[in-house]
Amino acid sequence: MSDMDEFREMFFVECDELLEVLANGLRQMEAPGFDKETVHAVFRAVHSVKGGAAAFGLTTLVTFAHRFETVLDLVRSDRLEVTPQIMALAHRCSDCLTDLVTSARAQVDPDESRVDALLSELDALITPEDDEGPIEFVPLTLDFGGPLDFDLPPPMPAAPPAPGLEIAMTPGHQLYRSGNDPQALIAALHKLGPVAVALETAGVAALADWSPEEPGLAWRITITGASYDDVAAVFEFVEDCCALTISEAPVEDRPEPCDDPLPEPAPAPPVAVAVEAPGPTVVPPANAPANASAEAPQSAATIRVALDRVDRLMNMIGELVIKEAMLSQVIQTAGLHEQPDVVAGLDAIRQLAGDIQESVMSIRAQPLKLVFQRMHRILREAADATGKPVRLVTIGEQTEVDKTMIERLIDPLTHMIRNSVDHGLEDSVTRQRLGKPVEGTITLSAAHRSGRVQIEVSDDGGGINRPRVRQIAEDRGLIAPGANLSPAEIDQLLFLPGFSSKDEVSALSGRGVGLDVVRREIMALGGRVMIQSTEGVGTTFSIALPLTLAVLEGMLIQLGDQTMVLPITAVQETLRPEDRMLHGVGHGTRLLSNRGELIPIIDLGATFGLEAPGALDSGVLIVVETDSRKRAAFRVDGIFDQRQVVIKSLEQNYGRVPGVSAATILGDGKIALIIDPEEIVLSLSNDQGRRLAAMASNG
Amino acid sequence: MTTRILAVDDSPTIRALVSKALRNAGFEVFLAVDGVDGVGALSEADPDLIITDINMPRMDGFGLIENVRATGAYADVPILVLTTESGADLKARARSAGATGWIVKPFEDERLIAVIEKVLGR
Repeated sequence: MSDMDEFREMFFVECDELLEVLANGLRQMEAPGFDKETVHAVFRAVHSVKGGAAAFGLTTLVTFAHRFETVLDLVRSDRLEVTPQIMALAHRCSDCLTDLVTSARAQVDPDESRVDALLSELDALITPEDDEGPIEFVPLTLDFGGPLDFDLPPPMPAAPPAPGLEIAMTPGHQLYRSGNDPQALIAALHKLGPVAVALETAGVAALADWSPEEPGLAWRITITGASYDDVAAVFEFVEDCCALTISEAPVEDRPEPCDDPLPEPAPAPPVAVAVEAPGPTVVPPANAPANASAEAPQSAATIRVALDRVDRLMNMIGELVIKEAMLSQVIQTAGLHEQPDVVAGLDAIRQLAGDIQESVMSIRAQPLKLVFQRMHRILREAADATGKPVRLVTIGEQTEVDKTMIERLIDPLTHMIRNSVDHGLEDSVTRQRLGKPVEGTITLSAAHRSGRVQIEVSDDGGGINRPRVRQIAEDRGLIAPGANLSPAEIDQLLFLPGFSSKDEVSALSGRGVGLDVVRREIMALGGRVMIQSTEGVGTTFSIALPLTLAVLEGMLIQLGDQTMVLPITAVQETLRPEDRMLHGVGHGTRLLSNRGELIPIIDLGATFGLEAPGALDSGVLIVVETDSRKRAAFRVDGIFDQRQVVIKSLEQNYGRVPGVSAATILGDGKIALIIDPEEIVLSLSNDQGRRLAAMASNG
Repeated sequence: MTTRILAVDDSPTIRALVSKALRNAGFEVFLAVDGVDGVGALSEADPDLIITDINMPRMDGFGLIENVRATGAYADVPILVLTTESGADLKARARSAGATGWIVKPFEDERLIAVIEKVLGR
C-alpha cells in the first residue's frame, strides 16, 4: 500500500522535527528558571512520536516513548523535581528515542539491552498510580496485526444473541451538553436489531418548574437479536451521564419484529432547551487565524528539491559569470569600453550574475545547527566514557555552510569533540585541585569571517603538554632528538600521521588521537586547521572552511603560455629566492633552504611538459604544503591573480589528468587546469625514491 | 449533502492518516493544527462533527472542546477525542469538558467511521 509508505515516510520526517524540539527543549531545561512551556513542548514531542509510532505498529518505540512521556508528565505536573540526574537521564532517553526512530526507519532491530536498561531507570521514577495508561494501551498495540494492516476482527466478542433486552434510559443534562443525542443512540441500536421505543414523559417537570439541569425525558427500548455487549457498546460514551439499565426483557414484552424502520424520534424539546441553557456565551479569542484547512501554517513554506537540480543551476551560473567576463573582454578589444551605455549594461549584468550566484549558494546553504546538535550527544557519550563532567556551549549554530559540507563536517567534529573531552580536559580531581570548576566546558562556535566559515572547538583544560608531545614525537622518530622547535611547531606535531594511532596514547595526558585524520578531512574540504593552546587555560582548534565546494579560491599562475590555478589552501608563501637559499643536489635536483628546512623545488612547467626547466632567478617560487604535511616549492613563470573560480569536473568532461584535480573557465573563455599539489609532490618523492634505489643498485 | 468534519491534530502524520480515512469514507474534511487554529476554522469548516487530539500547543483539546461548547453556533456539534491515552481519568476529563466520545489511537479506519456514524445517528 503505497499510501501507507508515504505516510510512514511522513511520520519519520515529522519525527526528525520532534526529536529536534525534544533535544532543544531538554537543553533549555538545564538553564535555571526555564519557561514552563518548554516542558510542555518536550512532553508533546515525545507524545507525538508515540502517537505516530502507534499508528504504524512500532511497538518498541511506543513502549519506550510512553514510559519516557510518563516521567516527563511527572516533571510537567511538578511531581518530579528537575535535578541534574533527571536531566542526564532525559538526555539519554532522548538519544535512545532518536536511535529507536532510526532503527524503525531502517527496519532493523534496536539495541534492546540499552532500551531495557533505560526503561528500568524510568520505571524507578514512576509510582504505580502515576501510570494507568499503558495497562490498557500496550495490549492495544500488540493486537495490531501488521504495521500496515487495519483489517482486524471486530473488537466485540461474538456472544450468542440474547433473546431480547430491555433498556431504560434517562439522559442527564450532560448527555445533551456533550453533543450526544438520544436519537443517535436509538439509531445505533436499530442497526443491531429490531427495536421498539417508548418515550416516557412522566419525569418531565411542568414548564414553570422545568430546569435544564433535569431534562426528565426517559426512553424504554426493547431490542431483539442483539448481544448484551453490543448494546452496552452503544452506550459506551454516555453510560455515566444517563441513568441506564439494560436487562433481559420479560418474554411477553418482546416486540414483534416490526416493519417500522426507525421510530420517529420524540420531538425533543430538552435538546433545544438544554443547549441554550449554559450561561453567558463566551466568544473565543479573536486572534485565532481563520486558515481552516491550511496544513501546518506555523513555519515558512519550504520545498524539497533534488540536489543535482541545484548543482545544475550552480553550473549554469558559473557559465554565466564566465560569459560575462568574455563579453567584457570582447567589448574591450572592440574599443567599445568607453561607450557609457555599454559599460552600464555590462556592469548591471555583472552585478546580477554575482547576486544570482550568491542566491544559489544560499539555496545550498544550511545552518550548522544540525551538526552542532549532534555534537551534544557525542559530548555526552564521551563524558560518560571518560567519567568527566562536561558541558557543551554552542555559539553561532545558525551559521550557514554548503549542504555537502555539513555532512562531511560531522566526522572531523566528532573526532575533535571526543579528543577535547578525552585529552583536553583534566579529570575532575585535578580540576578541583587547580581551583577550576569541576565541570569542564567545551565551546563549539561558528561564524562567517571574510568569506570563509570559521569553526572553533575550545576547551578550558590544561592546554597542550608540549614536553610530552615532543617526547612522543621523538620516540616515534617523527622529529630528530633535540630539534629546535617553537611552541607552535610542537603543537603542529599533533597533526602528524603516526603521532598517535595506538590506544595506549589515548590513555596518556598527551593529545592527538587521530588528529591527522581530522586534518586530512578538513583539507579535503578546502579548509585548514589551526591550534592555539595556553598552558593551564585550554586549547582551541580552529577550522577555516570555504563557503562552498563549487567555488575555489585559487592563485592564477603562468607556466609558459598557459594559465593554471593553484588552490590557495595549499599555498604557504611565495618568494623570489636569493642565490644563497638555493642548493643543487645530485643530478638536476634543487633544494630551497627556507626557515631552516631544505625543501625540494619542482619546476611545474617542466612537470607538465609545457617548457624546459626555467632558470630559478627568472621565476617565482611558491611554497606549498600538502595534506600529508610534505612541503615543496613550485617554480612558476609568474603569478598574476588570486580569485574565485568555478570548479568544473575534468573527469566527467574529459578524463583524468595526473597532477590535475579539476578545471575552470577563465574570463577569456580559455580553460585553465586546477593543480593538485598533493599528487605532484607525492609523485616527486616517489620519483626520487626510485632514482635513489636505481643509484644504489648501480653503485 | 456531504458530512463535514473538522479534524484537529498537531501531528502532520496523524492529520494525514485521519483525513485519508475520512475522505475514503466520503466525508468532507477540514484540518487544523491546534486548538486555536481549530476554533478559528469553525466558521469556514461549518463542521457536522469535530475530531480533536488532546496534547497540542497553544490550545489543547480540552480548551478546544470548552471553546466550541461555549459558542452559540456549534455548541451541540459532536466532538470526538482522538487520543493515545485510554485511562478512565482521561475519559472523565474529556466528558466533563464536553466531549461526545473518544477514539483511542492507533485507530482502525472502520472503527473510526463506525464511531462517527454512531454519534451522528446515521
